[in-house]
Amino acid sequence: MNENICAISTALGVGAISIVRASGPEVIMIANEIFEGKDLTQVPSHTIHYGYIVENKEKIDEVLVSVMRAPKTFTMEDVVEINCHGGIATTHRVLEALLLHGCRMAEPGEFSKKGFLNGRIDLTEAEGINDLIASETEEARKYAMNLVGGNLKAIIQKSRDVLVSLDAELEVNFDFPEEADNPEITHDKLKTALLHIKEDLEKLIASSKEGKLLKNGIDIAILGKPNVGKSSILNHLLDEKKAIVTDIAGTTRDIVEGTTTLSGIKINLLDTAGLRETEDIVEKIGVDKSKDIVTKADLVLYVLNNNEEIDDKELEYIHSLKNVQKILFINKNDLESKIDKSVLNRDEVAEGNTLTPNGLDQLKERIVSLFHLNEIKGKNYNFLSNARQTALAKKAYASIESAITSVEEFMPFEMIAVDIKNAFDELGEIIGVTYKEELLDELFSKFCLGK
Amino acid sequence: MKYDIIVVGGGHAGCEAAYASAKQGFSTALVTSNIKNIADMPCNPSIGGTAKGIVVREIDALGGLMGRVADKSHLQIKMLNSGKGPAVKSLRAQGDKVIYPQNMVKELKGLKSLAIIEAMVEDLLIEEEAIKGIVTDSGDKMFCDALILTTGTYLKSKILVGSTSKSEGPHGEKSSKHLSDTLKKWGFEIQRLKTGTPQRLDPETINYDLLTEELGDETPWTFSFDLEPLYDPKEQKKCYLVYTNEETHQIIRDNLAKSAMYGGYAEGIGPRYCPSIEDKVVRFGDKERHQLFLEPESEYYPDLYLQGFSTSMPEDVQEKMVHSLKGLENARILKYAYAIEYDAINPLQLKPSLETKLIKNLYTAGQINGTSGYEEAAGQGLIAGINAGLKLKGKEPLILKRNESYIGVLIDDLVTKGTKEPYRLLTSRAEYRLILRHDNADLRLRKYGYEVGIVDKEQYDRLLKKEKEIESLLQELQEVKINNRNVKEEILTCLGISRLEIGLSAYQLLKRPQMNIVLLEHYLKGKYTKEILEIVEIMVKYEGYISKTNREVEKMIKLEKKKIPADIDYDKIRNLASEARQKLKQIQPETIAQATRISGVNPTDISILTVYLKKEYGKE
Repeated sequence: MNENICAISTALGVGAISIVRASGPEVIMIANEIFEGKDLTQVPSHTIHYGYIVENKEKIDEVLVSVMRAPKTFTMEDVVEINCHGGIATTHRVLEALLLHGCRMAEPGEFSKKGFLNGRIDLTEAEGINDLIASETEEARKYAMNLVGGNLKAIIQKSRDVLVSLDAELEVNFDFPEEADNPEITHDKLKTALLHIKEDLEKLIASSKEGKLLKNGIDIAILGKPNVGKSSILNHLLDEKKAIVTDIAGTTRDIVEGTTTLSGIKINLLDTAGLRETEDIVEKIGVDKSKDIVTKADLVLYVLNNNEEIDDKELEYIHSLKNVQKILFINKNDLESKIDKSVLNRDEVAEGNTLTPNGLDQLKERIVSLFHLNEIKGKNYNFLSNARQTALAKKAYASIESAITSVEEFMPFEMIAVDIKNAFDELGEIIGVTYKEELLDELFSKFCLGK
Repeated sequence: MKYDIIVVGGGHAGCEAAYASAKQGFSTALVTSNIKNIADMPCNPSIGGTAKGIVVREIDALGGLMGRVADKSHLQIKMLNSGKGPAVKSLRAQGDKVIYPQNMVKELKGLKSLAIIEAMVEDLLIEEEAIKGIVTDSGDKMFCDALILTTGTYLKSKILVGSTSKSEGPHGEKSSKHLSDTLKKWGFEIQRLKTGTPQRLDPETINYDLLTEELGDETPWTFSFDLEPLYDPKEQKKCYLVYTNEETHQIIRDNLAKSAMYGGYAEGIGPRYCPSIEDKVVRFGDKERHQLFLEPESEYYPDLYLQGFSTSMPEDVQEKMVHSLKGLENARILKYAYAIEYDAINPLQLKPSLETKLIKNLYTAGQINGTSGYEEAAGQGLIAGINAGLKLKGKEPLILKRNESYIGVLIDDLVTKGTKEPYRLLTSRAEYRLILRHDNADLRLRKYGYEVGIVDKEQYDRLLKKEKEIESLLQELQEVKINNRNVKEEILTCLGISRLEIGLSAYQLLKRPQMNIVLLEHYLKGKYTKEILEIVEIMVKYEGYISKTNREVEKMIKLEKKKIPADIDYDKIRNLASEARQKLKQIQPETIAQATRISGVNPTDISILTVYLKKEYGKE
């Protein structure tokens, strides 16, 4: 816990400024050793200083250094943040300089771990920060920021408040049965209140799906016969946004061919090379890898050539793509149409080409509308961010459902109270105010604590 | 004189403690300032009530006295909450304040190894932080290996009526002036608590026509698992409902400054759940009326207890207040209401066994630990008596878990959370309420009583028989198949259907919310008592809820198994929040589960503590 750690805390390649962050008891001294400017060990806390990072008398980068002293920092230790301006290569050299002077490389999530263990943040916030560190698009970052800010907490707290007051009304009747002035509790009244909570949880769980999109992006598999233009579509999508091909730890996806953003949401184009290069796609159907990719993808983009007829086998394949989101993209719409569109589901069809400037607009619009990307963007980012939280929310939802069933069956009030209390505890676990063994298990698995 | 165990105080805690000690075979002395006041009920006449009635059954299950003494000594008894679910049901009896103590003394006198001694204790003999004996106000010394203090409200007690105050205990008894100073000297934190009791009225002066009657249940009940009902339900005494009105409230508001509480004459902290009438009027100003009960205290003297009207107003104001009540216009007050202040220790200084952390072999139980109520006191007394005995035998203490009993919840709350006001048990304090029912107290606890030797063989065999019958009834219900050919008309009516589409076992049918086990009796070979039918119906009908509770229990038990070593140094754990560190140092929880229940210790602190334990003490 006492070590000096450092890491590049912005995603490389995004934006012009990269931040190198260091935390630990000696980081101010260490930073001062490589800094040309004011004596950082003497500056007041929470101040920013202009200067150069210098190694072996060579100026590596022109920087702004923020100095924040314990305990009012995110880790509750001394923290230094170096804003670098020189691009990926120089940022790496700044990091190296810190490493050479006594810092060690932080493990993924280690800053959050320090913040969590030092009592600065609770587990949900730590989870949010972990997401923040791994976030690659602006939308994902905003979403992670929201977790840190405790919005999720406020929303869950609201449901808990309702539950606790319902329970209090039940309890006062159990404990003081002869008080004439107790709040009257009826099965109807309970049901109404419980249905409201159910609805709120439903929204939260549904939005957690969107949360996943924000965090991980949309996986798209491009399929189609040879020479229908899959590669140029791929390249077009990637080129346009200056493809970010990432290898940031934790997001490695060996089948991602390239990444771009659409409406602020990350788009992962899956490598379907195995499918694309084969002569006869239909022959290949059912081959493990292709099947795997199709089920893994959030969207299958099936490309057709406008200038070519669809044969029966291909049609059969298209129709066999069930239970997946798909877009049938008719490419080369600048050429004469030989496709019988009537055999295709109109709702799934989009047209375009890669030759004219806005040739892929219709396709992009279709993706945006399919995944409600504009809505996600405009939304308040209140999502459950990970499997632990989502599982707990689902448990709480099940408890509420069970309470409603009990109410409908006119079960005694104390049975209903069992479910209400469980839901209350489960929601509490999401925001880290209820302590249960699972939380600790999660913690150990997440932060590799202990020996 | 030397005894194995001395119990100081003859109230409800003291009686159970002395009984448990003597029953385990230890030479025991019960030292009380006035033998006439053994098992006295200085406040309300009831035994039991919500949660408390279950405690009485738990005491009985463990082999204690309160349940069976109450069964022989009451004027009225009823089951509370019968419509709200099986676990919140609870018995309450109106005890006879003359007969109850008599029956209790009879039980105690039947114990050969118990001596009852009249003396006021003013000092303790302590050597090397271990208890050695007591010193009475006349300077006599008595020696012992273990001591149980159950001094009730008698530590520096002060009676408050209006602006007047007298340093005495209930009934004008003298109070112990120095014992709490001795405790303070040895490092005990002393807190000042307050409680109150209402007026007693002359029954000849009440206009009953204006009051509503409250009757006992027609079904006979017992607290004890070993007794059959000993009374005729038709012969039960009546209680009455009385209501305050605007005139009463005005009198109270006009005279607030004269109340000991509001006039600033009292320093102790009173209970929120049992407020004085001036508290109720001030805090709930918009209420048009408050409900009061008029309850008989005994068959042998006339007093009626005016429950809910406790106050520390001066006597002339009390006269006006009582006479403003409908039906009580001409009531004669036999005893005025008063508030009483007394010293109590901070229960955080106790181990879960009720032994003090500061002085070896010294135990405390009852109001001295900050609780209120006869039942809470008796439950602690019993456990203190059992554990003092186990300690002398060199055995591990009996620590009842929160999933095993209300007594366990009570003691865990006291030693983990402490209390700033007189603590009363509530069903809502028990998170595993559904399995802490009045009907299964013996199934939960009797084995412990038997192991320590308080429960007799005969009583224990009764438990084994009950367990067998439950098992056989459960099996029969599984085996009996009911289909459209053999289904009885009442069953269809009860379920609101015209035919059974598929055959079902009686067990499955019983799971239906509307179904009543009595309708299934016809199909059973065995003959089962009402008690067995009730408990099995609960087990089957609420099986799903019970197993939910059991899953929660398992999680707690898992944490309960993570022991915190006694030699842990909380100062060595970096990063604990300072409030958590201070609380952990003070309370010294024995398990992680207990640590999670300390207020001010948040989940992050628990994580840090667990990480530290894992690093320093290996796997567990």
